[in-house]
Amino acid sequence: MSIVGTRVVRREDRNLITGGGTYVDDLREEALATAVHAVFVRSPVAHARITGIDVAAAASAPGVVGVFTAADLGLEPHEAGPVREPWLADGIVRYVGEPVALVLTEERYQLADAAELVDVDYDPLDAVASIDAALDGGTLLFPDTGSNIVQVHGMAEFDDTIFDDCEVVVTQTILNPRVAPAPLEVRGAACAWGEDGRLTVWLSTQNAQIARSQLAGSLGVGEETVRVIAPDVGGGFGAKIGADPEATVLGWAAKRTGRAVRWVESRSENLTAMTHGRAQRNTVTLGGKRDGTVLAYRLDVVQDSGAYPRALFLPTLTEMMAVGVYRFPNVQTRSRAVVTNTTPIAAYRGAGRPEATAAVERAMDCFAAEIGMDPAELRRINFIRPEQFPYQTPTGASYDTGEYAAALDKVLDAAGYAELRAEQRRRREAGDPVELGLGIAAYVEITGSDAAGESGRVDVHPDGSVVAWTGSSPHGQGLGTTLAMLLSDALGVPLEKITVRHGDTDEVPKAIGTFGSRSLQMGGSAIRQAADEVIARARELAAELLEAAPDDLELDVERGVWQVRGAPSSTVLGWAQVAEAAGGKLSADVWFGGAKPTFPFGAHLAVVEVDTETGKAELRRIVAVDDAGPIVNPLTFRGQRHGGLAQGVAQALLEVVSYDEDGNPTTATLADYSFVTAAELPDFELVDMATPTDRNLLGVKGIGEAATIGSTPAVHNAVVDALSARGVRHLDMPATPIRVWAALEEAGKGSAR
Amino acid sequence: MKVSIEVNGRPVAGEVPDRTLLVHFLRDTAGLTGTNVGCDTTSCGACTVLLDGESVKSCTVLAAQAAGHAVTTVEGLEGSDGTLHPVQEAFREQHGLQCGFCTPGMIMAAVSLLADNPKPTRDEVRAGLEGNLCRCTGYHNIVSAVIDASGQEVDR
Amino acid sequence: MIPAEFRYTRASTVDEALDLLATHGDEAKVLAGGHSLLPLMKLRLAAPEYVVDIGPVGELRYVRIEGDEVAIGALSRYRDLALDPVLLKHAPLLAEVSGSVGDRQVRHRGTIGGSLAHADPAADLPAAVLASDATLVARGPDGERRIPAAEFFLGPFTTPLDPAELLTEVRVPRQTGAGWAFEKFTRRAIDWAMVGVTVTGGRVGLVNMGGVPLRATATEQALAAGASIEEAAALAAEGTNPPDEPHATAEYRRHLARVLTRRALTRADARRSG
Repeated sequence: MSIVGTRVVRREDRNLITGGGTYVDDLREEALATAVHAVFVRSPVAHARITGIDVAAAASAPGVVGVFTAADLGLEPHEAGPVREPWLADGIVRYVGEPVALVLTEERYQLADAAELVDVDYDPLDAVASIDAALDGGTLLFPDTGSNIVQVHGMAEFDDTIFDDCEVVVTQTILNPRVAPAPLEVRGAACAWGEDGRLTVWLSTQNAQIARSQLAGSLGVGEETVRVIAPDVGGGFGAKIGADPEATVLGWAAKRTGRAVRWVESRSENLTAMTHGRAQRNTVTLGGKRDGTVLAYRLDVVQDSGAYPRALFLPTLTEMMAVGVYRFPNVQTRSRAVVTNTTPIAAYRGAGRPEATAAVERAMDCFAAEIGMDPAELRRINFIRPEQFPYQTPTGASYDTGEYAAALDKVLDAAGYAELRAEQRRRREAGDPVELGLGIAAYVEITGSDAAGESGRVDVHPDGSVVAWTGSSPHGQGLGTTLAMLLSDALGVPLEKITVRHGDTDEVPKAIGTFGSRSLQMGGSAIRQAADEVIARARELAAELLEAAPDDLELDVERGVWQVRGAPSSTVLGWAQVAEAAGGKLSADVWFGGAKPTFPFGAHLAVVEVDTETGKAELRRIVAVDDAGPIVNPLTFRGQRHGGLAQGVAQALLEVVSYDEDGNPTTATLADYSFVTAAELPDFELVDMATPTDRNLLGVKGIGEAATIGSTPAVHNAVVDALSARGVRHLDMPATPIRVWAALEEAGKGSAR
Repeated sequence: MKVSIEVNGRPVAGEVPDRTLLVHFLRDTAGLTGTNVGCDTTSCGACTVLLDGESVKSCTVLAAQAAGHAVTTVEGLEGSDGTLHPVQEAFREQHGLQCGFCTPGMIMAAVSLLADNPKPTRDEVRAGLEGNLCRCTGYHNIVSAVIDASGQEVDR
Repeated sequence: MIPAEFRYTRASTVDEALDLLATHGDEAKVLAGGHSLLPLMKLRLAAPEYVVDIGPVGELRYVRIEGDEVAIGALSRYRDLALDPVLLKHAPLLAEVSGSVGDRQVRHRGTIGGSLAHADPAADLPAAVLASDATLVARGPDGERRIPAAEFFLGPFTTPLDPAELLTEVRVPRQTGAGWAFEKFTRRAIDWAMVGVTVTGGRVGLVNMGGVPLRATATEQALAAGASIEEAAALAAEGTNPPDEPHATAEYRRHLARVLTRRALTRADARRSG
């Protein structure tokens, strides 16, 4: 029986549960033995001219090795969309948390003492602290550009005639609030220049190879001069893609001082200086007939890009995924990205797709409410049908496979939807101040959207062991176990003889890494491709050894041996012998280039209780189908869904990064940012479904982000549904108690006085 | 100042600044890097260790306060023969960890919770671990792991 | 973050602690469990020159009956109080409140004396001792003095304690059979109360409805005059001055105070005995 599809406990775990793994801050490498410690002095103001920096006091503080500012660096600023972002603030600061100076000390405990002594004079400028302020343009972040709008995409002018045939048209502005990725391990790096003139950077990253290329470019050296190693990485969620600007400054400082440098930010720094996610304001207009047929949909996206637009793909990806799971005949989209005096926005679990799904799924509920139809029924009427795949959307996506109605029905069945609706009615009739709310979201998303491929290498050794190198860069996903399972399945080698390595650019020079739920479909396909090459080469070698025709040979994967087909009692060859015959090692090093995006989908039902007296909304149940094709390891597959659900639920109910009107963050510590805990979540109810794709060697789609995407609008819709009988039509996420209370007050039907 | 703490059953002594936090004593003086720092506001629980058998956040205890007391870190759970502690075993079996960064603190918090409440319900586990943040697992499998470690059936 | 440099000193007895405080005076901060002081020091919102660790002062860790009162040593930890059989029987409100402070790790370190001396208006215990009509006992160079809870909380983080004084004991009248209840409203379980309501013996103490813990005097008077719980609770926000923040406006907090007071009074009423 194949190991693929069975529940396999992770081989990664032993180190993590006994010694706690080796994250950047845990490194005790010889090269770092005399490393200095680093801290960045960061801007405490959102927008200001720097009129002076006095580092004298800091420079003479105990243990200080160096204090550096933009004037010392002499590095070309990097491109951020149409503008340039300095490595250290140069003349102007544009968000609270922007790095202004670097302080190096001999001891970690000296860092904060010295950093306090760096005296920066700020001449405050008006802060652009909201999307409205950015669009207004009264204050510009980059006056040379003439506007805070840094990207416009889609329709220049909307055409209202698409709604002409509609009996009902609903429109709603939907905030997709800014959230903090907040991996438990904050950002960290260690840099050492060797006597060979090469720079080694240990970096908490999702993509060592991208980071290597970035660092080589920014430091003005050849790629062969830089080695990046990703040790154990304590979560990324999209916010650790490649190298952040700090790493370049650290590499420069290590060169300048001739000392190895190590850096770990504080959590409070992390919450203002690591990129945030989401931050869109979307206006939806949806029209159709009273029978539930949707005829036209419009999505108008405004992306808050923060102070430096590092990820302008986000709003256009939202446009591309605008229609979700529906066959809307007429669709219009537009996006504008603006800069504000806030932390830069980049990828966060879902990165552009959650925003699209949240918009269309709220729009569908608004329309259902308007025509008085059950939201499940409205969705069924408008789903893209199974026979329509591959489906080309009006917004340029080519969906591979989908069973959208089946996914929804499975969820509703598992949840007992009709009974829940009855319970909701009973409570309302009894005048219960605690309302029950049911929220549905049906979604489709895109994984591996970059289609850039991935590397994979497989070596079979004469002792029968297998070592594989993947270009993927797992940091919690358990891909080391998953890929070993694929190899075990393909080669017939037991798991314990297989090693999977990743994350060191000297071992894997060419790779993309992990983001966008790409790893299994691309990294996994690459490993499969390499295994297939090894098998093909082994067939030739075994044929020679057994003096048979290659086509007459077969690999018995149960036993891991080559034998002549139909002659089971004849001589067999193990992998060890084949590797020996190959001259000591049988190896294949491939690039899986035939990568195409895939489109996982699913449906979620959230059940919330809302205390209408206090406004508190609590999630009672969430039932989810997340279909990402065939499952290699159900253990980690479900683990990815759990994590995604938690983050998606958190965005709907709890988490939001806030700023005051002067651009000061008000959620800059974990005491203030409502990071979801175990006590706020129910057990998750997962329903399995697996619809394969034909777009890669494994038939798989990505699962890393799917559950995040479905759960946010499901919970959001559930809260509105709970309040619907009291006259509430919409409220913004997160559905905090005060928001719910205010919405009830506004509706004038709250039961509390 | 000179600080001496019994860490995982053996005395560890060091000359450290008065302001040294217990977590840094453990990581730098005792050389035990399993205990992680995840925040600066006593919020995340990644640094949770046992102090005289009770869970504490070692980022909010001075090394000096722990002097003369006994500390257990995640490195101290495994048996000398390599046998995993039941909580460690359950975290692996139930996939109660992904990136692993919160895990040492989460495991120590779970050990302490089970010492007080040997047969908790899932809700009691959730409430009992409210001081430990995890970004990867959504907590579901962490709860299952604690239930499993308590010898109760996990309904997954 | 790391605290600014300080000198660590340790006391094993109350007398030793008082000596150290007398020597270092204004430059010193008392460290009990450390869960109010150390977070402030790590963020460098506090930077004392000396820290006087009274953790080893075992003589301040007790709960016992003394006549009509329960005497609680100031170094009793939240965890000890939450589980203490004497407290559960004779001052159950304090036990329940202690069991809901922070998280388990915090409750293993934090002390009742530390919480009261810190006088954070968002903390639960100050309102609980206020509603309990407790007396706080302090010792200093000039001996011992007793301060009614109603006179102890002067402002946010401000008490009448002299820098050379140590809070040593909390004395709470024994439960009389009147009902008690605690209602705490938070976004997340671990959060500080947005608003909290403590009820015991017909008294109502409010958490986070002003710069100090407050008694809901109008509510208490209405109840005493025979008003219904519903009517009395509607007066709970009178005379309060709650913080006004985007995530919890003053108006919203007043609303919560009324709702929570009604719920607390209803529960307290149901618990009444004798």
